[in-house]
Amino acid sequence: MKTLIYLPDVVTLALAPHKCTGCGTCLLVCPRAVLTMPNGAVEISNRDACIECGACQRNCPFGAITVKAGVGCAAAVINSFLGRKSACCTLPSDDPSCGPGCC
Amino acid sequence: MPAPTAQVSPPRLDQTFVTGAIQTSGGPVPCVSSSLTGRDVLGSVRVRFGFGRMHYTVDPGLYAIGNPRPDDPVFVSANYKLSFDKLREVLQGRNGWILVLDTKGINVWCAAGKGTFGTEELIQRLSSSNLGQIVSHRTLILPQLSAPGVAAFEVTKRSGFKVVYGPVEASDLPSFLDAGLQATPAMRTKTFPAVERLVLVPVEVVSAVEKGIVVLALLFLAGLLLSKGSFDEALHHTYTAMVALILGIAAGVLCTPLLLPWLPGRSFSMKGLLPGIAGAVLFFLIQTNEGARNGTLEFYAWLLLIPALSTYLAMNFTGSSTFTSLSGVKKEMRWAVPLQVAGASCGLALWLTSFFIH
Repeated sequence: MKTLIYLPDVVTLALAPHKCTGCGTCLLVCPRAVLTMPNGAVEISNRDACIECGACQRNCPFGAITVKAGVGCAAAVINSFLGRKSACCTLPSDDPSCGPGCC
Repeated sequence: MPAPTAQVSPPRLDQTFVTGAIQTSGGPVPCVSSSLTGRDVLGSVRVRFGFGRMHYTVDPGLYAIGNPRPDDPVFVSANYKLSFDKLREVLQGRNGWILVLDTKGINVWCAAGKGTFGTEELIQRLSSSNLGQIVSHRTLILPQLSAPGVAAFEVTKRSGFKVVYGPVEASDLPSFLDAGLQATPAMRTKTFPAVERLVLVPVEVVSAVEKGIVVLALLFLAGLLLSKGSFDEALHHTYTAMVALILGIAAGVLCTPLLLPWLPGRSFSMKGLLPGIAGAVLFFLIQTNEGARNGTLEFYAWLLLIPALSTYLAMNFTGSSTFTSLSGVKKEMRWAVPLQVAGASCGLALWLTSFFIH
């Protein structure tokens, strides 16, 4: 089936091409086929498919790819906005030790 | 070399899926069954409806599946029993080791996003489970969706274990193993097919109905107050509210997820609008047939509240979906939430006003 795409031109994914060694790890971990490596260096070829999960950033040993990682979850945004730290789903950046549960 | 020691706080042997223990050079390791029992299936149905979902766990630590030798593969999983059950089921007929991380009972992907399925927990669990003494190789197979939490290169640097990311779906694991730890591009991509959207519906319905019952109770009390203690009148308004809420909830948490790819709009709030309007039209038809209070403000209130509820619930489905980003959700919420609040406020105001104008 065709890939579902969310909003256009919104994600924070960024590439520092001079740091990329072409190891290809980011291509492997991306669950949305956002990246390609046509000429030995990574390119962002399907930006709008990115969900900002952060897998590429976390697994790049050279810091060549960055993204403001988070969960695309309205309930988490609402819970964080209302300061519900113990709520089932919050934004991880707000409190890494927050209670159990999400999704 | 230190003397062999048992794993620190090993998984309990009295868990329902444990069939015994095997002796290894690093102490006894609980052995798990690869076939799911009726009890496992019932348990998964129960959590799919949202009951006991936050406490559906297995003990973290090392398990054996089949009759593994030191050179058999190691699979890393979360301690959410649904994730663990899926893994042991697909490993039927194979030998291996399962290292369960303490993800506080959360599934792999969400736990990786939160960092509980992460580099630190993995490295600690490698050491507390004695895995290095039990297996003769240094390769770990992790679910690809754990990559947001695990820095493979850091795990290797600090523990000596090499991380290989397996496929996105556990069901592709046998093909991945048979292909010599190679995943096809399709196995590396997360999709969101209808079946997967459908299994997420029950938990959303249960959660919405729970809140709906509270709302109905409040509306009943408000109706009782505003109709000067007329129990019958309050009950009538509550019944109308119940019909409207059922339609709004059905539109937002059932129709929207199922029809997701075909609904107009990119944002989920927008996708929830059309089913919401359909729900309002249905409400209009039902009420006309009954002839009850048609044309009153109360009636128009619900025509406004049903779509507002539907778009709100649809917006909340972003958390269950697999293709939304936080930046996108924030952008959507900046315009959608004010509109939803405005719609709900106007609707509520109309509903309250209807008690004063007959």
